[in-house]
Amino acid sequence: MKVIIIDDEPLARSIVKEYLQLYKEIDIVAECGDGFEGMKAIVQHEPALIFLDVQMPKINGFEMLELIENPPAVIFTTAFDEFAIKAFELNATDYLLKPFSKERFNKAVQKYLNTSSIPASQPVIETAAQSPGQQNRIVVKDGSKIKIIPVNQIHYLEAADDYVKIVTAEGQFLKKRTMSFFEQSLGVHQFVRIHRSYIVNTQLITRIEVYEKDSHLVLLNTGAKLQVSKSGYSKLKDILEI
Amino acid sequence: MNTPFTARKNLVIAGIVYWAIISIVYSIILTGTLKNFSLTTAQVIIDTIISNILVTASCVLILNNMRYYLPRQEKYWYVLTVSLGLSGICFLIAKGVLWIIFNDDPHYLQSFSQSTGIRYGISFLLIGCFSMMSLLWYTQEEQKTMSERKADAERLAKDAELFKLRQQLQPHFLFNSLNSISALTGTQPEKARHMIQQLSDFLRGTLKKDDQQWSTLEEEIQYLRLYLDIEKVRFGHRLQTEIIYTDEVLLLKLPSLLLQPVVENAIKFGLYDTTGEILIKLEATKENNYLKIMVQNPFDPETSQPLKGTGFGLSSIQRRLFLLFARQDLLKTHKNQANFITVILIPQIK
Repeated sequence: MKVIIIDDEPLARSIVKEYLQLYKEIDIVAECGDGFEGMKAIVQHEPALIFLDVQMPKINGFEMLELIENPPAVIFTTAFDEFAIKAFELNATDYLLKPFSKERFNKAVQKYLNTSSIPASQPVIETAAQSPGQQNRIVVKDGSKIKIIPVNQIHYLEAADDYVKIVTAEGQFLKKRTMSFFEQSLGVHQFVRIHRSYIVNTQLITRIEVYEKDSHLVLLNTGAKLQVSKSGYSKLKDILEI
Repeated sequence: MNTPFTARKNLVIAGIVYWAIISIVYSIILTGTLKNFSLTTAQVIIDTIISNILVTASCVLILNNMRYYLPRQEKYWYVLTVSLGLSGICFLIAKGVLWIIFNDDPHYLQSFSQSTGIRYGISFLLIGCFSMMSLLWYTQEEQKTMSERKADAERLAKDAELFKLRQQLQPHFLFNSLNSISALTGTQPEKARHMIQQLSDFLRGTLKKDDQQWSTLEEEIQYLRLYLDIEKVRFGHRLQTEIIYTDEVLLLKLPSLLLQPVVENAIKFGLYDTTGEILIKLEATKENNYLKIMVQNPFDPETSQPLKGTGFGLSSIQRRLFLLFARQDLLKTHKNQANFITVILIPQIK
């Protein structure tokens, strides 16, 4: 059985490695020091289980998981316990708080071994990027590269079938998410859902024009024009206090 | 608990009830008294209404006045004087108005003069009672808000204290260090023991000093080295540090435990924003009458957030410097191509 350990602290990886020696059937195929490496290794080796730290360079553990199509089973290892609830929302197999004992570790592995006989159905990771302190950016895949978009650089979001198109000065990026997910997570950042298909960065609005009887248009300082629905207009009025 | 607004509403209701009662009492007394002078019913009613409106106006005046000015010393004398004055004014106005209305009835005017004492006495009693009531009410209200404010202040102080304690313990750093020690005990017990030693010294340093104290740069650097050594065990080869200073700055003074959080911030920023090896550089120099400390960490200009202000880690340092020196310009940050630089100036007070 293939396993990958992802943690930015070498000693934290070594203790997982040491505890895993007990399991003859487990084969550690890679050890990674950050989310980028971790993602590559997962795509390459397709492990059954990963041990994942949350706080890591560049992209955190949750953000890394978001970028993977069919993520493996995950046991989180971290010193932050405010992440625990989130980890279980992600259907993590278990959550180990550092420093953890061998007994606790074995319990987590056993939990995985017991559940893995049943084909695990991974739910859509809806709330992943909302780890505390990390809500101010969105991580997307841009071809083979990973792009980190600070939220304040987003002009607007547009619905595109199963994806959401993120429009920035540097171009457009697709992310497999729902509009309502972004409506919720970006609500704190001056973003408003003005239409079934649009969420706009209100900081960039320069004008609001009447379009048809019940609808309006917003003009952004980037030149973009977006349609505003009736309910969107009233939300916009609330936020902009007009 | 009542908010000031609803409390005031209660007071107004109480005032209205009081007013209704005194009106009735006043009317009865006045009617009874004036009957003896055999006045017409119309005259009694008009007289009662006018006298009552004046007393009520005086009560409203007192109520509003005490809202803005509550006497603290000699308050009973205040109530007495105000009541005497106001009832005098009420009496004079009532007299003026009633004399204009009934100036063609000499019998009424005579009765009025004869009832002067009783009129004045009743007004005085009613107004006096009402002022006493308002005074007690407002005093009680004031005490209530004062004790609320005191409780608020105490709660805030406690929160701040707790926050400080939590900061001192640095749970994230502590748990990760303990995890590293746990890993070392299996493979390199000697190293584990050494790290326990360092961690203990570091924690002792945190507990020993309080942030009102001053240390020499030498002490602070020693303490910083402990911290850096632990971080180096955690992050391995990724973390490189360089501390540059000359002998002349070692004895300069700075607030205790000021450097470590600045460096911690630099390490966090450097380590989590890049994936390669990072160099954290600290340089201490003397400039005019200041100890100048520069801390530098690499960052990735492509993915890094455009920094607003100084970031959370540094804002508490800025706050501390402000509390100590009353200056906002002692901590500054800037960045060049690949490095983020924090500069702190510490005035040297002789």
